[in-house]
Amino acid sequence: MNDAPAIEATNLTRRFGALTAVDHVTMVVPRAQIYGFLGPNGSGKSTTIRMLCGLLEPSEGEARVLGLEVPRDAEALRTRIGYMTQRFSLYEDLTVRENLEFIGEVYSIPRRSRRERVDELLAQYELADRAGQYAGTMSGGQRQRLALAAAVLHRPELLFLDEPTSAVDPQSRRDFWESLFALCDAGTTILVSTHYMDEAERCHALAILDSGVLVATGSPRRLMDEIPETVVEIEGDDLRAARAVLDDVDAVASVAQLGTRLHALVEPGLDEPALRLRQHLAAAGVAARVERVAASLEDVFVSATRERRAP
Amino acid sequence: MISPLRAVAISPLRVLKISPLRVSAIANKEVRQLRRDRLTFGMIVGIPMLQMMLFGYAINTDVRHLRAAVADLAGTQRSRLLVADAEASQVVDVVRRVESAEQLEALLRAGEIHIGLFIPADFERRVQGAVRVPAQLLVDGSDPLVLQSARGLAALPVAGTPRRQAEIGDTFAVRAYYNPERRSEVQIIPGLIGVILTMTMVLFTAVAVVRERERGNLELLITTPVRTIELMIGKIVPYVAIGLVQVTLVLVVGSALFRVPIRGSLLDAYLAALAFIIASLSFGLLISTFARNQFQAAQMTIFFLLPSILLSGFMFPFDGMPRAAQIIAEALPLTHFVRLIRGVVLRGASLTEIGADFLPLAIFFAVTLSVALLRFRKRLD
Repeated sequence: MNDAPAIEATNLTRRFGALTAVDHVTMVVPRAQIYGFLGPNGSGKSTTIRMLCGLLEPSEGEARVLGLEVPRDAEALRTRIGYMTQRFSLYEDLTVRENLEFIGEVYSIPRRSRRERVDELLAQYELADRAGQYAGTMSGGQRQRLALAAAVLHRPELLFLDEPTSAVDPQSRRDFWESLFALCDAGTTILVSTHYMDEAERCHALAILDSGVLVATGSPRRLMDEIPETVVEIEGDDLRAARAVLDDVDAVASVAQLGTRLHALVEPGLDEPALRLRQHLAAAGVAARVERVAASLEDVFVSATRERRAP
Repeated sequence: MISPLRAVAISPLRVLKISPLRVSAIANKEVRQLRRDRLTFGMIVGIPMLQMMLFGYAINTDVRHLRAAVADLAGTQRSRLLVADAEASQVVDVVRRVESAEQLEALLRAGEIHIGLFIPADFERRVQGAVRVPAQLLVDGSDPLVLQSARGLAALPVAGTPRRQAEIGDTFAVRAYYNPERRSEVQIIPGLIGVILTMTMVLFTAVAVVRERERGNLELLITTPVRTIELMIGKIVPYVAIGLVQVTLVLVVGSALFRVPIRGSLLDAYLAALAFIIASLSFGLLISTFARNQFQAAQMTIFFLLPSILLSGFMFPFDGMPRAAQIIAEALPLTHFVRLIRGVVLRGASLTEIGADFLPLAIFFAVTLSVALLRFRKRLD
């Protein structure tokens, strides 16, 4: 039983009126892994998570979560999964300890072990000295630690995190991911949605969603290695001019600015892509350093979402 | 050339640095939002319409058709004529005929009638001699408007008397029960418990649930093993206690400060209040499934509160209202609570006498809670 994947979804679909929010998503999430959902806002990440939690009825398709049929067995699933909502959803007018006690009661944890568990979590998530503070007065990072503590209080086998780091600073994000790895090492399966590339890169496996469609799956490494296009990096003083030139080159599938550089995705099959682009730029009188580079996850994302958008 | 009128019109705006464009931008935005806020938009029309209907049709301070019973111990032609004249005046509708003053009193206490016409056995003799008033009106004084109408009836002429009416004086001696001093606070305060509870209980629960939805707490709760019914009961229970505290407060202050007598059993008063509180709370839950935010919850509460206050008999006698208004009033929990609490507190009635008003409260509770549960479940999807 425990060898079965944590999540198996087949053709999972959800429509809201004319809009298809999730379109025939088929995916397998192995146990004790951090599985990332990467996609822009409105790509169907939250809707998929809600269906997997049994909160939303799929319009089509089916899903087995921890061996249970959802939404049919949603009630039985409740005690085995944890869910951290995108928005802070604990009570702002309760203290940190009161919030955790409340969650413990909701999961029917007996008083004695509840106290122990709450103390344990307060220590583990560095909230002990804030136990008496109102949740509403805490910083983004502190709230997020509290939300995570609440989500894992009943020791779920599977944890759903819906864009957990959208309101926290980089240091808190790093600490948060350390906590996730610790949970994962202890055997918890984690499904986390994000639109941050650096976060997605930390996941064991990734699913890229675009307008409700699963456009790529695999480990971040494999996705970057197996990108069909060639990635060429352009560095120069006038990136706007460089971009205008590259946009007119047929073999260039897309150009995206990453900080002070441009990344051009060049269609496979073009020989010496860096050289070619350098020639194009020189011909237009744009001075730039052009170099072939390994694909970043952002390139993978652009590549994967581009194919669907192409006519 | 700028006309002087124009210069005058613009200058105050200039002085205050008010830009007409910015003002109209705000006003346009407001109208646009208002149009999208269907509830507020509806209330712009709804509140005046509701008020006009209530005051125009339903509320009638010139009370007619008060339920009455007759104890005609004389049984003469003249006495029967007197009863017929009283009915013809439309002030009373005779619904029962009984044999004694005691039976009239019992009917009054049970709230079945508002007025009892007592015609003594020596009615004929009294009409002849001018010493004593011929007959008696036993009036439920817990409602001043009823009392006022009864006083109009007191001077009803007796048919076919040899003497002129002026010599007889009033045909009926009016005997006001339950509030002989006719103090309005005595009549108002028991019913006020109901008005206060409607206001607070409905609003508290509605807001409590809507707030959880607004703040996202509900999104968390629905992923936990908490069931909808558990959530609802858990929400209701604290407010039941708060409601009972409010009842106690009104009763204590009412009797200490305003000398409102508590004639019936306290237990009965609390049982009535408990039933009413639970009915109001479940209605609050129902509202919470419609309201998108706390403000809307408050608006809907007002919409419910208005007819409750005006139609329940709290301010105006139920008997004086047209049939349609009475039907609406019967569906409002406050109507039944006002009957119960006035019966227990002012008339000293026991629940065995007036307990029938519990049933509509129970039905109201069952219906609103079921609909609330159904709608609540739907919203999760």
